[in-house]
Amino acid sequence: MPLNRDFVGRTYESSAPYEVSRVKISEFATAIGDSNPIYHDRQAAVAAGHPDVVAPPTFPIVFSLLGTGDALGDPDLGLNFAMVVHGEQRFEYERPIHAGDELVCTSTIAEIRSVGRNEFLTLRSDVSTTSGELVCRTYNVIVERGGAA
Amino acid sequence: MAATVKYDEVEAGQEIPAVEYQVRRVDLVRYAGASGDFNPIHWNERYAKAVGLPDVIAHGMYTMAQGGRFVTDWAGDPGAVVEYGVRFSSMVVVPDDDNGATIRISGVVEEKREDKRVVVALTAKSGDSRVLSKARAVVQLA
Repeated sequence: MPLNRDFVGRTYESSAPYEVSRVKISEFATAIGDSNPIYHDRQAAVAAGHPDVVAPPTFPIVFSLLGTGDALGDPDLGLNFAMVVHGEQRFEYERPIHAGDELVCTSTIAEIRSVGRNEFLTLRSDVSTTSGELVCRTYNVIVERGGAA
Repeated sequence: MAATVKYDEVEAGQEIPAVEYQVRRVDLVRYAGASGDFNPIHWNERYAKAVGLPDVIAHGMYTMAQGGRFVTDWAGDPGAVVEYGVRFSSMVVVPDDDNGATIRISGVVEEKREDKRVVVALTAKSGDSRVLSKARAVVQLA
Protein backbone atom coordinates (compact mmCIF):
# COMPACT_ATOMS: atom_id res chain seq x y z
CA MET A 1 0.00 0.00 0.00
CA PRO A 2 1.41 3.44 -0.87
CA LEU A 3 2.41 5.56 2.10
CA ASN A 4 0.18 8.47 3.04
CA ARG A 5 1.73 11.62 1.50
CA ASP A 6 -0.14 13.79 4.03
CA PHE A 7 2.67 12.92 6.45
CA VAL A 8 5.28 14.84 4.42
CA GLY A 9 6.37 17.90 6.38
CA ARG A 10 5.22 16.61 9.75
CA THR A 11 7.67 17.20 12.57
CA TYR A 12 8.24 15.23 15.77
CA GLU A 13 10.19 16.17 18.89
CA SER A 14 12.03 13.78 21.19
CA SER A 15 10.09 13.51 24.42
CA ALA A 16 13.08 14.00 26.73
CA PRO A 17 16.73 15.01 26.24
CA TYR A 18 19.17 12.19 25.50
CA GLU A 19 22.08 12.28 27.95
CA VAL A 20 25.32 11.14 26.32
CA SER A 21 27.40 9.16 28.80
CA ARG A 22 30.99 7.87 28.72
CA VAL A 23 29.72 4.39 29.43
CA LYS A 24 27.32 4.42 26.46
CA ILE A 25 29.94 5.79 24.06
CA SER A 26 32.39 3.10 25.18
CA GLU A 27 29.71 0.40 24.88
CA PHE A 28 28.81 1.52 21.36
CA ALA A 29 32.47 1.75 20.28
CA THR A 30 33.09 -1.75 21.64
CA ALA A 31 30.08 -3.03 19.73
CA ILE A 32 31.49 -1.73 16.44
CA GLY A 33 34.90 -3.22 17.33
CA ASP A 34 36.65 0.13 17.71
CA SER A 35 39.26 0.37 20.47
CA ASN A 36 40.32 3.96 19.68
CA PRO A 37 41.14 5.41 23.14
CA ILE A 38 39.36 8.66 22.23
CA TYR A 39 36.11 6.66 22.64
CA HIS A 40 37.07 4.88 25.86
CA ASP A 41 39.48 7.01 27.87
CA ARG A 42 38.71 10.57 28.94
CA GLN A 43 42.39 11.47 29.31
CA ALA A 44 43.16 10.29 25.78
CA ALA A 45 40.24 12.34 24.46
CA VAL A 46 41.35 15.45 26.37
CA ALA A 47 44.90 14.96 25.13
CA ALA A 48 43.48 14.99 21.58
CA GLY A 49 41.76 18.31 22.29
CA HIS A 50 38.24 17.12 23.14
CA PRO A 51 36.33 18.09 26.29
CA ASP A 52 35.56 14.42 27.05
CA VAL A 53 35.29 11.12 25.19
CA VAL A 54 33.68 11.65 21.80
CA ALA A 55 31.15 9.48 20.00
CA PRO A 56 31.91 7.50 16.83
CA PRO A 57 30.44 9.05 13.65
CA THR A 58 27.44 6.71 13.49
CA PHE A 59 26.53 7.06 17.18
CA PRO A 60 23.57 9.45 16.58
CA ILE A 61 21.62 6.46 15.22
CA VAL A 62 21.20 5.40 18.87
CA PHE A 63 18.91 8.31 19.71
CA SER A 64 18.12 10.40 16.63
CA LEU A 65 14.92 8.52 15.76
CA LEU A 66 13.54 8.05 19.25
CA GLY A 67 10.88 10.68 18.66
CA THR A 68 9.64 9.17 15.39
CA GLY A 69 8.50 5.73 16.55
CA ASP A 70 4.91 6.80 17.08
CA ALA A 71 4.81 8.54 13.71
CA LEU A 72 6.18 5.57 11.77
CA GLY A 73 3.83 3.24 13.64
CA ASP A 74 0.78 5.42 12.96
CA PRO A 75 -1.70 3.22 11.04
CA ASP A 76 -2.66 6.25 8.92
CA LEU A 77 0.87 6.31 7.46
CA GLY A 78 0.46 2.73 6.24
CA LEU A 79 4.02 1.52 6.81
CA ASN A 80 4.47 -2.27 6.94
CA PHE A 81 7.48 -2.71 9.23
CA ALA A 82 8.07 -6.31 8.15
CA MET A 83 9.01 -5.03 4.69
CA VAL A 84 11.23 -2.15 5.81
CA VAL A 85 14.94 -2.03 5.05
CA HIS A 86 17.43 0.77 5.58
CA GLY A 87 18.11 2.49 2.25
CA GLU A 88 20.46 5.37 2.97
CA GLN A 89 21.98 7.16 5.92
CA ARG A 90 23.88 10.42 6.11
CA PHE A 91 25.24 12.57 8.93
CA GLU A 92 26.38 16.19 8.81
CA TYR A 93 28.32 17.19 11.91
CA GLU A 94 28.71 20.67 13.31
CA ARG A 95 31.03 19.30 16.00
CA PRO A 96 31.76 15.90 17.58
CA ILE A 97 29.24 14.65 20.13
CA HIS A 98 30.89 14.11 23.50
CA ALA A 99 30.04 12.69 26.89
CA GLY A 100 28.02 15.17 28.89
CA ASP A 101 25.98 16.42 25.94
CA GLU A 102 22.24 16.60 26.51
CA LEU A 103 20.64 16.35 23.11
CA VAL A 104 17.19 16.86 21.69
CA CYS A 105 16.03 15.84 18.23
CA THR A 106 13.53 17.41 15.90
CA SER A 107 12.62 14.94 13.17
CA THR A 108 10.77 15.79 9.99
CA ILE A 109 9.33 13.50 7.34
CA ALA A 110 11.12 15.29 4.52
CA GLU A 111 9.98 13.23 1.54
CA ILE A 112 7.97 10.19 0.48
CA ARG A 113 8.46 8.88 -3.05
CA SER A 114 7.95 5.74 -5.08
CA VAL A 115 10.83 4.08 -6.90
CA GLY A 116 9.66 1.11 -8.90
CA ARG A 117 7.69 -1.14 -6.56
CA ASN A 118 9.19 0.40 -3.43
CA GLU A 119 8.28 3.32 -1.20
CA PHE A 120 11.10 5.59 0.03
CA LEU A 121 10.62 7.74 3.13
CA THR A 122 13.24 10.31 4.13
CA LEU A 123 13.49 11.41 7.75
CA ARG A 124 15.62 14.40 8.63
CA SER A 125 16.60 14.91 12.25
CA ASP A 126 18.19 18.04 13.66
CA VAL A 127 20.17 17.18 16.79
CA SER A 128 20.77 20.09 19.15
CA THR A 129 21.88 20.61 22.71
CA THR A 130 19.23 21.58 25.27
CA SER A 131 20.64 25.11 25.04
CA GLY A 132 19.90 25.22 21.32
CA GLU A 133 23.30 24.58 19.73
CA LEU A 134 22.95 22.52 16.53
CA VAL A 135 25.29 19.52 16.81
CA CYS A 136 24.40 17.44 13.76
CA ARG A 137 21.81 16.69 11.13
CA THR A 138 20.91 13.15 10.16
CA TYR A 139 19.15 11.93 7.03
CA ASN A 140 17.63 8.47 7.12
CA VAL A 141 15.97 6.85 4.12
CA ILE A 142 13.88 3.81 4.86
CA VAL A 143 12.56 1.61 2.09
CA GLU A 144 9.31 -0.31 2.25
CA ARG A 145 9.77 -3.20 -0.17
CA GLY A 146 6.79 -3.69 -2.44
CA GLY A 147 4.92 -0.79 -0.85
CA ALA A 148 4.23 0.97 -4.14
CA ALA A 149 3.10 -2.15 -5.96
CA MET B 1 40.51 17.58 17.79
CA ALA B 2 42.73 17.50 14.82
CA ALA B 3 43.43 15.00 12.13
CA THR B 4 46.97 13.66 11.96
CA VAL B 5 46.87 13.54 8.15
CA LYS B 6 48.05 16.79 6.56
CA TYR B 7 46.04 18.29 3.73
CA ASP B 8 49.16 19.34 1.86
CA GLU B 9 50.50 15.79 1.88
CA VAL B 10 47.37 14.28 0.32
CA GLU B 11 46.70 14.12 -3.41
CA ALA B 12 43.41 13.60 -5.19
CA GLY B 13 43.35 10.01 -6.39
CA GLN B 14 45.43 8.77 -3.49
CA GLU B 15 44.36 5.33 -2.36
CA ILE B 16 43.81 4.30 1.23
CA PRO B 17 44.76 0.63 1.67
CA ALA B 18 41.99 -1.89 2.26
CA VAL B 19 41.16 -3.21 5.72
CA GLU B 20 39.11 -6.33 6.42
CA TYR B 21 36.57 -6.40 9.23
CA GLN B 22 35.13 -9.68 10.46
CA VAL B 23 31.48 -9.82 11.49
CA ARG B 24 30.09 -12.83 13.35
CA ARG B 25 26.70 -13.47 14.88
CA VAL B 26 27.93 -12.42 18.32
CA ASP B 27 28.98 -9.05 16.88
CA LEU B 28 25.44 -8.49 15.61
CA VAL B 29 23.96 -9.41 18.98
CA ARG B 30 26.33 -6.98 20.67
CA TYR B 31 25.52 -4.27 18.13
CA ALA B 32 21.79 -4.84 18.58
CA GLY B 33 22.18 -4.27 22.30
CA ALA B 34 24.36 -1.18 21.96
CA SER B 35 22.31 0.45 19.20
CA GLY B 36 18.82 -0.57 20.32
CA ASP B 37 18.03 -2.09 16.90
CA PHE B 38 16.61 -5.51 17.76
CA ASN B 39 15.09 -6.28 14.36
CA PRO B 40 15.15 -10.12 14.38
CA ILE B 41 16.52 -10.30 10.80
CA HIS B 42 19.87 -9.42 12.44
CA TRP B 43 19.97 -12.31 14.91
CA ASN B 44 17.18 -14.83 14.24
CA GLU B 45 17.79 -17.13 11.27
CA ARG B 46 14.27 -18.59 11.41
CA TYR B 47 12.71 -15.12 11.18
CA ALA B 48 15.15 -13.91 8.50
CA LYS B 49 14.33 -16.86 6.24
CA ALA B 50 10.60 -16.49 6.86
CA VAL B 51 10.70 -12.94 5.42
CA GLY B 52 12.62 -14.08 2.36
CA LEU B 53 16.22 -13.39 3.31
CA PRO B 54 18.97 -15.97 2.66
CA ASP B 55 20.09 -15.96 6.31
CA VAL B 56 20.73 -13.49 9.14
CA ILE B 57 22.08 -10.21 7.72
CA ALA B 58 24.19 -7.54 9.37
CA HIS B 59 22.65 -4.23 10.37
CA GLY B 60 23.36 -1.73 7.59
CA MET B 61 24.50 0.61 10.36
CA TYR B 62 27.04 -1.99 11.50
CA THR B 63 28.61 -1.93 8.03
CA MET B 64 28.40 1.86 7.96
CA ALA B 65 30.15 1.93 11.34
CA GLN B 66 33.04 -0.12 9.92
CA GLY B 67 33.36 2.45 7.13
CA GLY B 68 33.42 5.16 9.79
CA ARG B 69 36.13 3.28 11.62
CA PHE B 70 38.14 3.01 8.40
CA VAL B 71 37.94 6.79 7.88
CA THR B 72 38.65 7.81 11.48
CA ASP B 73 41.61 5.40 11.71
CA TRP B 74 43.01 6.97 8.56
CA ALA B 75 42.33 10.58 9.61
CA GLY B 76 43.59 10.06 13.15
CA ASP B 77 40.68 11.70 14.97
CA PRO B 78 36.93 10.96 14.94
CA GLY B 79 36.27 14.69 15.28
CA ALA B 80 37.77 15.27 11.84
CA VAL B 81 34.76 13.74 10.06
CA VAL B 82 32.39 16.54 9.10
CA GLU B 83 30.03 14.57 6.89
CA TYR B 84 29.45 10.87 6.26
CA GLY B 85 26.81 9.23 4.10
CA VAL B 86 26.15 5.86 2.47
CA ARG B 87 23.57 3.97 0.47
CA PHE B 88 22.97 0.36 1.47
CA SER B 89 23.23 -1.46 -1.84
CA SER B 90 23.48 -5.10 -0.82
CA MET B 91 23.20 -7.31 2.25
CA VAL B 92 26.03 -8.68 4.37
CA VAL B 93 24.92 -12.27 5.00
CA VAL B 94 26.33 -13.62 8.27
CA PRO B 95 26.38 -17.42 8.56
CA ASP B 96 26.22 -19.18 11.92
CA ASP B 97 29.86 -20.28 12.13
CA ASP B 98 33.07 -19.14 13.80
CA ASN B 99 34.17 -16.93 10.90
CA GLY B 100 30.95 -15.13 10.00
CA ALA B 101 31.36 -12.71 7.09
CA THR B 102 34.13 -10.37 6.01
CA ILE B 103 33.61 -6.73 5.08
CA ARG B 104 36.51 -5.39 3.03
CA ILE B 105 36.75 -1.61 2.93
CA SER B 106 39.08 0.51 0.84
CA GLY B 107 39.13 4.19 0.06
CA VAL B 108 40.35 6.84 -2.31
CA VAL B 109 40.75 10.57 -1.84
CA GLU B 110 38.27 11.64 -4.45
CA GLU B 111 38.51 15.40 -4.18
CA LYS B 112 40.40 18.14 -2.37
CA ARG B 113 38.16 21.00 -1.27
CA GLU B 114 38.59 24.41 0.32
CA ASP B 115 39.37 24.81 4.02
CA LYS B 116 41.66 21.75 4.10
CA ARG B 117 38.77 19.37 3.56
CA VAL B 118 38.87 16.23 1.43
CA VAL B 119 36.22 13.86 0.15
CA VAL B 120 37.02 10.20 0.76
CA ALA B 121 35.10 7.67 -1.35
CA LEU B 122 34.74 4.23 0.21
CA THR B 123 34.31 0.83 -1.39
CA ALA B 124 32.84 -1.84 0.89
CA LYS B 125 32.54 -5.42 -0.28
CA SER B 126 31.42 -8.67 1.27
CA GLY B 127 32.34 -11.56 -0.99
CA ASP B 128 31.64 -10.29 -4.51
CA SER B 129 28.88 -7.89 -3.45
CA ARG B 130 29.29 -4.16 -3.06
CA VAL B 131 27.46 -3.63 0.21
CA LEU B 132 27.68 0.17 0.25
CA SER B 133 27.34 2.57 -2.65
CA LYS B 134 27.72 6.34 -2.77
CA ALA B 135 29.77 6.02 0.43
CA ARG B 136 31.50 9.34 1.02
CA ALA B 137 33.07 11.05 3.99
CA VAL B 138 34.15 14.68 4.13
CA VAL B 139 37.18 14.95 6.39
CA GLN B 140 38.83 18.02 7.88
CA LEU B 141 42.58 17.52 7.60
CA ALA B 142 45.41 19.30 9.38
